[in-house]
Amino acid sequence: MDALFEPLSHAFFVRALLAAVLVGTVCAVVGTFVVLRGLAFIGDAISHAAFPGVVVAFLLKGPYLLGAGIAAVATALAIGWVSRRARIRADTAIGVLFAGTFALGVFLFSTIQGYVADLFSFLFGYLLSTTVEDLIGLAILGALVLGTVAVLWKELLYATFDPLGAAASGLHVDRLESLFLALVALTIVISLQAVGIILVVAMLVTPAATAQLLAVRFGRLMAVAVVVGVGASIVGLYLSYWLDAASGATIVLVETAAFLAALALGPRTGLLARRRPATA
Amino acid sequence: MADTVTSSFDPHTHPHDHEAERHLATVDAGIDPGHARAHADVWLSDVSAGYGERIALEQVNLAVEAGSLLAVVGPNGAGKSTLLKLMAGLIRPWTGRVEVLGHPAGQQARRVAYVPQAELVDWAFPVSVGDVVMMGRYPALGPLRRPGGDDRRAVADALAKVSMADHVDTQIGALSGGQRRRVFLARALAAEPDLFLLDEPVTGVDATTQEDLMDILEAEARRGKTVIATTHDLACAAQRFQRVAAINRTVVAHGPSSLVLDPNVLARTYGGHLLVLGGQAVVLDDAHHHDQPPAGESHFHEGGGGHPEP
Repeated sequence: MDALFEPLSHAFFVRALLAAVLVGTVCAVVGTFVVLRGLAFIGDAISHAAFPGVVVAFLLKGPYLLGAGIAAVATALAIGWVSRRARIRADTAIGVLFAGTFALGVFLFSTIQGYVADLFSFLFGYLLSTTVEDLIGLAILGALVLGTVAVLWKELLYATFDPLGAAASGLHVDRLESLFLALVALTIVISLQAVGIILVVAMLVTPAATAQLLAVRFGRLMAVAVVVGVGASIVGLYLSYWLDAASGATIVLVETAAFLAALALGPRTGLLARRRPATA
Repeated sequence: MADTVTSSFDPHTHPHDHEAERHLATVDAGIDPGHARAHADVWLSDVSAGYGERIALEQVNLAVEAGSLLAVVGPNGAGKSTLLKLMAGLIRPWTGRVEVLGHPAGQQARRVAYVPQAELVDWAFPVSVGDVVMMGRYPALGPLRRPGGDDRRAVADALAKVSMADHVDTQIGALSGGQRRRVFLARALAAEPDLFLLDEPVTGVDATTQEDLMDILEAEARRGKTVIATTHDLACAAQRFQRVAAINRTVVAHGPSSLVLDPNVLARTYGGHLLVLGGQAVVLDDAHHHDQPPAGESHFHEGGGGHPEP
């Protein structure tokens, strides 16, 4: 038991734990919609698009959350806009913007000399150096995302399941879509802290993908996703502490292990794995 | 091959052609436009529409009176689904006007229930039968409000109507094709709309389900609701719908089903597509056996029988 409680005597570990639980919750909730909509690739694109925002925030010495947030939300909305306007497939639009925005980040990054360690931590997360200010920012943004999902729960569910039927019955599916992409962007910004740009898509997708193997009702699926997301965040953080390993990567590895375990042991694994290959 | 079929119809085409045009004249132009519009739940005037660069419908004029039970028939690619989407406000017309329930399409959305084709639904989605039917109540509830007793009653009633009350907790992927259509009709019923727009509601379902669903739609039409459904099933259109709109990029004919589903109109609607449809010859035979259209049906039957190649 001492091994469990000893880390809690360190304020930095407690802050990291709170951040991990928060990120695990928000990612699992938003990730459930992401997985059911087949938007995993968009999540990856938006997270990479946050990179130039972060670099610019450093250059201007502004808050990184703001820089990452603006870049991520702008890219999320641009993906929707470009694919609608340019009449090209969404995955093509994503591919173009994904690479383009990340390249912009790398380009800007290559022009500055200092802050290399800080920027590196954005690529792979810096959970253990979470500050109180970070936590407050995370809590506000997390509450914003979860509150929006709670208010529009029914509408998001209907628009995800049957966009045509929902639109015909008067729901503003286009606006819901844009709002949802903005929520994904905010969720990613929140998660950069924990796992960084490269691994954030796993936080978004893996818990919900795991839950899909275990639950067939929407509410239960989201609940299982939250349990997996939060559980993996806690277990991963402890493991990384004990093993002195990178915390973000450890959390993602625990999530991946949970997914593989559900795949191997889940009650209807074969069936579900065949039914929904595109969103894995 | 298309030539053969067309020419085989030729001997019979001319007399019926005039007949059909008289029907069309009575049905479409006979009512003065202002009157038709005032009494129509759905009114399209000189509408063209399409996707991207591709035109799907042009010069569509159609007035559907309140309380109608209307089948939209036509070959694949004729624009049946597009017509329904225009009425549902899901796509905007390139030209012309679409008015639904007295307002531009889309504005009275909460009084409209639209059911997409079954192929467009993700049946692996983690929702139960009850969840899906409850979605019909969502638009009227608005954000934040949770479904209450009235909503649960409406869902239970709708499920009872379609004989699916026992499956309320079943995941939709576990249902048969007919049961899936029943559930989606229940969702439309739960919304208590004034206009039903149903894309292929009876396609690929067993005979019992088809009869049950049509009984329900007929009852709704009797209550003054307007029901518009696309279908590939000409026998069903002839037997169970009061009115039929035969379309192929435009409205070929619109009127009482017995008048519209005559072989000449069908030939003009389906044209060379008759052969492409292949197995549809069976459907046309059904139309012959169960329907009682005037002369011409047997000619058509013979024509179809004379060219059995798929």
